[in-house]
Amino acid sequence: MALIFNEEQQMLRDAAKTFIGESSPVARLRELRDRGEAWSPDLWSGMADMGWTGITIAEQFGGLDFGYVGAGIILEECGRTLAASPLLSSSMVCADLVATLGSEQQKSDWLPGIASGEWIVSLALNEADRFDPGTIAATAVADGSGFALAGTKRHVPDAPMATHFLVVACTNGQAATGDDLSLCLVDRNAAGLGVTLSLNLDARRVGELQLDAVRIDADRVIGLGGGAGEGLQRALDIAAALSAAELLGLAQEAFERTVGYLKERKQFGVPIGSFQALQHRAAQLFAELELCKSVVLKALQAIDADAPDRSLLASAAKAKVAKTARLAVNEAVQMHGGIGMTDDFDLGFFMKRAAAAVQEYGDDYYHADRFGRLSGY
Amino acid sequence: MARTFAQEEIIVADLDTFREETRAWLDENCPASMRRPVMTDKDLCWGGRKWVFASDDQRVWLERMAERGWTAPQWPAEYGGGGLSKEEAKILKQEMTRIGARRPLDSFGIDMLGPALLKFGNEAQKRRFIPEIVRGEIRWCQGYSEPNAGSDLASLQARADDKGDHYLVNGSKVWTSYADKSDWIFCLVRTDFEGPKHQGISFLLFDMESEGVSVNPIRLISGNSPFCETFFENVRVPKAHLVGEVNQGWSIAKYLLTHEREMIGGFGLSRSGRESLGTIARQALGSADGRLANEGLRADIAAFEIDELAFALTAERVVDEARAGQGTGAASSLLKLYGTELNKVRNELLMSVGGSAALRWGDAQHTALSQHWLRSKGNSLEGGSSEIQLNIIAKRILGLPG
Repeated sequence: MALIFNEEQQMLRDAAKTFIGESSPVARLRELRDRGEAWSPDLWSGMADMGWTGITIAEQFGGLDFGYVGAGIILEECGRTLAASPLLSSSMVCADLVATLGSEQQKSDWLPGIASGEWIVSLALNEADRFDPGTIAATAVADGSGFALAGTKRHVPDAPMATHFLVVACTNGQAATGDDLSLCLVDRNAAGLGVTLSLNLDARRVGELQLDAVRIDADRVIGLGGGAGEGLQRALDIAAALSAAELLGLAQEAFERTVGYLKERKQFGVPIGSFQALQHRAAQLFAELELCKSVVLKALQAIDADAPDRSLLASAAKAKVAKTARLAVNEAVQMHGGIGMTDDFDLGFFMKRAAAAVQEYGDDYYHADRFGRLSGY
Repeated sequence: MARTFAQEEIIVADLDTFREETRAWLDENCPASMRRPVMTDKDLCWGGRKWVFASDDQRVWLERMAERGWTAPQWPAEYGGGGLSKEEAKILKQEMTRIGARRPLDSFGIDMLGPALLKFGNEAQKRRFIPEIVRGEIRWCQGYSEPNAGSDLASLQARADDKGDHYLVNGSKVWTSYADKSDWIFCLVRTDFEGPKHQGISFLLFDMESEGVSVNPIRLISGNSPFCETFFENVRVPKAHLVGEVNQGWSIAKYLLTHEREMIGGFGLSRSGRESLGTIARQALGSADGRLANEGLRADIAAFEIDELAFALTAERVVDEARAGQGTGAASSLLKLYGTELNKVRNELLMSVGGSAALRWGDAQHTALSQHWLRSKGNSLEGGSSEIQLNIIAKRILGLPG
């Protein structure tokens, strides 16, 4: 498949740029932060009106069935303005898990709610501080006609607004590595579930879930008997590639703002962009970003095609973009000089959000290591 | 022009047929020894009047491919080229890669001069030179750099004086690749000394056996001498061998340089036909629990391979964008910059993987690694240094002032 966007995808990009640029510019993030608000429900209902909450969900369940290249386009634009929403976790990652692993009944019960945006499902996966999806201690033990969940989940995204959590747990009753996993849908207000919110540097909130004998019916479990491994791997490939797409948008925006500043800021009587020392740093960063664009698009195409090198490409994408985004925000502050260090100027938001997005679904160290393992070394 | 759905279907079907036919033809015509990876420079075929084929297979492979014009797949068939569309050329390349087929001809005529001649040359020049280039019967060298004109190429001083029916060329060139093995030279000369330096340059073609041409190979740190100093003393060049208009050679030179950059940048992306760095390292270092025994080296290799993959995809994307009319321009500078820097990293890592065994010198079997490492240092100098490419990106793509 050609490494370009088709006409429909280009139209989606234009629509996303306009909608997100108008309804959620960086100034909106500043307002939310200053008011201590976790998110913008208005933005979410706007996204639902655009159909984006069901962007990758099949039409029969109320989605657009637009594919993951399309999902990446939307997240890239969100990355440009640092717009926060549950799109990635709920509409893309959890929706894919349900579509891949769920029964027909579960799909028709759950997917329409996710597609309409009424349900916000958050993936409760992490237990450690560094991303490690292979080591899960939370358990789901048979209890009468259903299961009882126990364990702790940390750094859970979208915790303030989630209506449900999709909890990754081990159904054979033991701490699991790899394949002995299932996914359990837990209502936010389920008895025995405690949610503690923490504020992160990017003004978003993550949750710590305490699961203490949380009872769920058997029909709330997908991938029963440890069948979730494959599907979870696919969902985490999607998460990595899409997280890379968001970071790519962020890094490009930080870069473009920097190039703009180089043309306008004068010292020694000339624009600082006329200095070769800065020109070369900007040009090098441009080159890195071009590589990022290629590998992100290829990874998303590989997901849409369910290609055999999907995992390799997803890890390459996140590893490359995470490293480049870090470079982009650091270079942005350095080339802006002191103004980049002030809270009044927006660059700090880019630096903070980059740090958080790098960690989400595995940072460059995690994915470079995985790339090596998948390559046989 | 928009194609209808039905037209698209026909094109797709045609391409499928082309792929089948190409696959069958290659299977039948590519000799087995021409499907082995290129290990040393001796495995490359450069052609030309003085060329001695390394094997019968090398000769046969060149002749068969040249017969179809597939040494230059997209050049017009009327001049001996393959006449293929971009889609067909891509399929040919994929099918060659699939069986590990070597390039039948490595040629500055194909990679550099040909595209410029097809664009700027007159009909007689095209008829005369293009078929010879396609068939590998003429080997070209490039007379660009001079002792005092490197990165500042436009300040070149080699001169061509108008003598009525011919030019008289005097001066010298340096870093002339394979000048001692080449048949002809495409050469930048100054034809005007008054106006702006970019507007007094002309583009000449002449035979390296002309009276007054002399060549002196330069020994490099690798121990090889791929480059030469080239001297011109009252060399007579017929005016028929001026390409384009007099004093308008700079635009031809720049056009040709974009092709040269793509060729040099390509060094970094020719992943096919060579083992991955990770595989080489695993064999050399061994592994524990499926991981390379050295964690630091492993991390650097993974970082390199991710960049290598992303770079190869970028080269692919540039082609796809150009085909769809979406190109951003100046892509050749990006590819040249990144491809050559990556190739240097690859060679550094290969030396680290090899350890002390990579230090051997003096016998052909063991010296290739260290010689390639040393040779790779020139990749980011030739064809416009990395710094020049960064300048081009900064000014032409990013629009930075100065």
